[in-house]
Amino acid sequence: MRETSVTKTSVTKTPVANADTFTGTRQPASALTVDRLSVRFRLGRKGKAGIVHAAADVSLRLRRGRVLALVGESGCGKSVLTSALLGLLPANAQTRGRALLHGPGGDLDLCTAPERRMSRQVRGRRIGLVPQSAASHLTPVRTARSQLAESMRHLRGAASRSDVDALAERAGLAPASLDAYPHELSGGMAQRVGFALALAGEPDVLLADEPTTGLDRALVDHVTDGLATAAAEDTAVLLITHDLAAGRRVADDVAVMYAGRIVEAGPAGDVFADPWHPYTRGLLGALPDGGFEPIPGHPPELTDVPDGCAFCARVPDAPGPPCNGDPEPVAVGGRLIAGHVPC
Amino acid sequence: MLSAKDLVVGYRRGRPVLDGVDVELHPGATLGLAGPSACGKSTLAAVLALLLEPWSGSVTLDGQPVRGFRHRAPATQRTAIGVVFQQPRLAVEPRWTLDAVVRAPLVASRRRDDGIVAELTEAVGLTRELLARRPHEVSDGQLQRACLARALVLRPRYLICDEMTSMVDASTTALLVRLVRSVAAEGTGVLAVSHDDALLEAWADDVVRWR
Repeated sequence: MRETSVTKTSVTKTPVANADTFTGTRQPASALTVDRLSVRFRLGRKGKAGIVHAAADVSLRLRRGRVLALVGESGCGKSVLTSALLGLLPANAQTRGRALLHGPGGDLDLCTAPERRMSRQVRGRRIGLVPQSAASHLTPVRTARSQLAESMRHLRGAASRSDVDALAERAGLAPASLDAYPHELSGGMAQRVGFALALAGEPDVLLADEPTTGLDRALVDHVTDGLATAAAEDTAVLLITHDLAAGRRVADDVAVMYAGRIVEAGPAGDVFADPWHPYTRGLLGALPDGGFEPIPGHPPELTDVPDGCAFCARVPDAPGPPCNGDPEPVAVGGRLIAGHVPC
Repeated sequence: MLSAKDLVVGYRRGRPVLDGVDVELHPGATLGLAGPSACGKSTLAAVLALLLEPWSGSVTLDGQPVRGFRHRAPATQRTAIGVVFQQPRLAVEPRWTLDAVVRAPLVASRRRDDGIVAELTEAVGLTRELLARRPHEVSDGQLQRACLARALVLRPRYLICDEMTSMVDASTTALLVRLVRSVAAEGTGVLAVSHDDALLEAWADDVVRWR
């Protein structure tokens, strides 16, 4: 079915077989390419209680030195991607497609790599994770310093006191506060310890999964600035967030996800200034400074995603370019857009 | 008017979080309270929700002094104030359906449903199908919608929103705030606590900023 829909495209609107879409002069090197990745979960015995389509044909490209923000409402399947890329999906998950981690030793498909290789070579070393609530990732009975030092010893072989201090400072944490126990740290400080842990193995790719939820604005800015700094040091950063303001602040590229699919993607400046997809318009219009209008209805259940354009099933007469019903994003002028292709 | 005068309150002896705070909530008005983490915003919200007893100072509800807090607050005063907390998962009984969650205050105060449940659940956008689910089967945003409906089901004269929207996405935020504004327009006094200045600017009539 999906293959036949591609035939509708014209010369300027080419079908997208992979994520290589953002045009521009001299793109930085790719660090990670997600190529038509689908993740589904079978519920109940043999999937009889239903199938959750958490991600469908997602294509993304993470480049060194750039921040890609993946935005969308809660429950749209964003976080499943981090689990998939780290090889941490539960046993009832099935994947299709590829996620290639590029490196000097060739490409590694993260979806099929053996667990032994993921744990010894990838997690922490080549891909770092900044978790949502860092405080719950810390051991309550040991100081932040001892946990950072342990991670550094494990990932780099050795860690002197000054190495740990330097790592903490990179994450925006004063070395003096490292001697505190997790319960003595504020949410923002715990988040910075989590950030330092993600940097401990000097990864090429940083995945930040909702790192700013529940933090106040100053701390949000601090965390996003930390991600920008990591990108400036040639790391590829994926920022997964429902906080559009944070995404707008830091992202070089943006991808908008709705009901498990990428509906719009492109350079952040272009997409935020002139959103094409009605869902992107709706998200920006819901911001306090964007009109404060909620999007009507609810996102679909991922067990029961409608065929065709899932957003039109929720808001049939949304303003913007009319829908051609094709859920597959196509490339138009250096951007990706699903269904609502502008004339 | 719900007011507090000369509040001194804290959690550890000798270290008050609020020291000499005055605040007034007027019917039909929305007061925004902004400030960074750990500045005492939620402490003030808890006192005004009658959930935390101040060390000294007075709290007055529509001319009547508040003499008890938490379970010692008289039912007439307790039910006059609705509260919505930051984390909906921590604020609902995980075994109940959303419908039972929304109805709980009616059951507890032995009042009859005169159609308010249907009215509120429609206003927060919860369908019948969602109301039949339990908390683990819905998203944070959907659960927070139920929490707001629950806070309004007794038609409180005052509503305390403590970081109501910090765990939910932009679209749900806009929907929840729109409903709170509509009940404020009908005469409810609202305290909106948030760290998000831009949100309070768009929401509240007045914004107080703490450091």
